[in-house]
Amino acid sequence: MDIRLVNLTRIFADKNSEVRAVDNLDITIPSGKLIGLLGPSGCGKSTTLYMIAGLLEPSSGQIFFGDEDVTTLSPEKRGIGLVFQNYALYPHMTVKQNIMFPLQNMKLPKAEILQRTVKYAKLVGIEELLNRKPKQLSGGQQQRVAIARALVKEPRVLLLDEPLSNLDARLRLQTREEIKRIQRETGITTVFVTHDQEEAMSISDEIVVMKLGVEQQRGNPQEVYDQPVNQFVAKFLGTPPINIFSGKIQNGDLYVGEEKIGTSTLEDQEVTIGIRPEGFEIDPDAQMTVVVKQVEYIGRDKSIVATNPASEKENFRIIIDANVEVKEGETVKVAVKPNKCFVFDKLTEKRVQ
Amino acid sequence: MVEGKKSINFLKGMLCLLPAIVLLGIFTFYPIVNTFLMSFKEGYNYLITNEKNFESWGFGNYVKLFSEGNNFPKYLINTMVIVFVSVPVSITLSLLIAVALNSIKPLQRFLQTIFFLPYVTNTIAIGMVFSVMFESHQGLMNTLITSLGGSSINWLGGNTQAVLIGEGIFTHPFFNAQWFTSMIVLLAYIVWNSLPFKVLILLSSLQSIDKQYYQAAQIDGTTKARTFMRITVPLLSPQIFYLLITSFIGAFKEYTSVVAIFGDNAQSVGQKNNMATVVWYIYQKTKEQSLSGYPQTSLAAAGAVILFIIIMIFTAINSYVSKKKVHY
Ligand SMILES: Nc1ncnc2c1ncn2[C@@H]1O[C@H](COP(=O)(O)OP(=O)(O)OP(=O)(O)O)[C@@H](O)[C@H]1O
Ligand SMILES: [Mg+2]
Repeated sequence: MDIRLVNLTRIFADKNSEVRAVDNLDITIPSGKLIGLLGPSGCGKSTTLYMIAGLLEPSSGQIFFGDEDVTTLSPEKRGIGLVFQNYALYPHMTVKQNIMFPLQNMKLPKAEILQRTVKYAKLVGIEELLNRKPKQLSGGQQQRVAIARALVKEPRVLLLDEPLSNLDARLRLQTREEIKRIQRETGITTVFVTHDQEEAMSISDEIVVMKLGVEQQRGNPQEVYDQPVNQFVAKFLGTPPINIFSGKIQNGDLYVGEEKIGTSTLEDQEVTIGIRPEGFEIDPDAQMTVVVKQVEYIGRDKSIVATNPASEKENFRIIIDANVEVKEGETVKVAVKPNKCFVFDKLTEKRVQ
Repeated sequence: MVEGKKSINFLKGMLCLLPAIVLLGIFTFYPIVNTFLMSFKEGYNYLITNEKNFESWGFGNYVKLFSEGNNFPKYLINTMVIVFVSVPVSITLSLLIAVALNSIKPLQRFLQTIFFLPYVTNTIAIGMVFSVMFESHQGLMNTLITSLGGSSINWLGGNTQAVLIGEGIFTHPFFNAQWFTSMIVLLAYIVWNSLPFKVLILLSSLQSIDKQYYQAAQIDGTTKARTFMRITVPLLSPQIFYLLITSFIGAFKEYTSVVAIFGDNAQSVGQKNNMATVVWYIYQKTKEQSLSGYPQTSLAAAGAVILFIIIMIFTAINSYVSKKKVHY
């Protein structure tokens, strides 16, 4: 079953101000897919999720589950499972009671309740922990209990609100793979909210990038990374983030500052240029000069902190192969890979090339 | 070196505690010990100071408390009735009021204040209001009942015309119909008087419960009643338990409210001490002299020891139960 959000808008208004937390969101989430809702803090991700869940009422717009309009349906009738940002496991119940709780509400027979509880506990790998209280679990285990509690109802839709934000880096990596596996095994349409772009890209079938309640771009993660539609999306995806330079187009040539880095078919104008850290190559014949301030070895690659007068920030980063020779303090010439270099309109910040 | 430092810290700590220990010693520990001793002194007369001022050690005072003609057992029953009715009723009511207050947004602050007013009002004053409310001729309760077509009830006695609701059921000479209606008034007063503090405690802990538990319950299709029983009550259980212990102890020591409604003699009109409690008895015995002119302080002491032991037992049971039922 797919989910369709049609012109979904939510306005929070009080006496003297109004916030458009979600603004005309128009998304279709294909059946059985995992969608990553991505954006900086406060861009309306949780609000969107809560509207899908039915905990918040939209100010305008509609929500469809398949062909059914659920916009005004109360949460318990929507058949959703929601994993909260901090899990919201009932602290006074054991893991087993927590997982059983939704089933008891559905008034299922006892035997089926037990059988399903065990099934989903196994699926998320917590069958040994059934008699513990949430307080006696690690963050990752709690998170899996929360997922089991959401799944045990066999919901039509699974919603996850930044479920990994409380975990340490390693556990986060491990758990996100697990979420992906569980989602594949169950085939439930899933919406996954996060502000961590790496997380979203690694686990989602499709990502939606939001800014201030407005959808910026939607698509397959690699596609969005390779073809960002504007400066915001380009900046938001990728670690280390993309480097921004001021530049210009003159007579079919593309310049960073006054240094030519490529060509363009556009007419002459001032532009903003974004170049991904991995988009540079050391090339004595190139024109762009950078001063190497610092070299860091990060295993496979070398990360260089460099300066150039046209850079938006004082420093920017270049990532190159570890066996390329560079020394700190050196001035080198670099060439720019065309597919890692984006040209944005100076005013609208839309990508023009 | 470290040892020395430790003992200096210990000394410092003791020094800080010293004033408290001295005061507790004078006003708490010494009286407790003395009460225990006194309760076992038969024929004790504190007015005799030079010679031996009691006849012998023994359980005589306890025997006297429970012997024929002594009303202490009846007062003990009165106290038990107060404990076992007022505590559960007031806790249940305050829980419901707190949940109701918590669920309404407009006027919440205002209502919160209203509910807290009785707490800062004088107990005796409220008691007088209650006795007027339940007055047999023009009292508010009877006016209400008669205006609804009922016949007025002789709550606190005095007017023989009025109907008693317990008539025919309560036929014991002490626990009679008059006792029953008076007890209703007393219990209503005690419950009323203890609500504000409980509502305040429960409301503030309700407000600190994470809203997400309720959202999660809502998504899982939990009914209102089930949410209350399975989520709200367990999450409030530490506070409920705290209120249970303190109000149990408070109810065992009930005295002020009796005097506030029924006066010094703890009686409704035409009855003798029929609303008296254990503490009332203890207080009475510290002032009263026996027929032969002896002070009765050792009877008071024995009563106090019995109350002390009962409270200890109940508190122990409470903590035992709480280990299983309270979720911290
Ligand atoms: N109840 C509310 N009343 C008023 N404004 C609200 C309310 N809830 C959210 N907002 C506002 O709506 C906007 C979107 O909030 P939302 O919680 O959806 O952000 P988010 O994308 O989930 O952020 P985060 O990553 O920090 O969780 C924010 O500007 C926030 O201040
Ligand atoms: Mg959020």
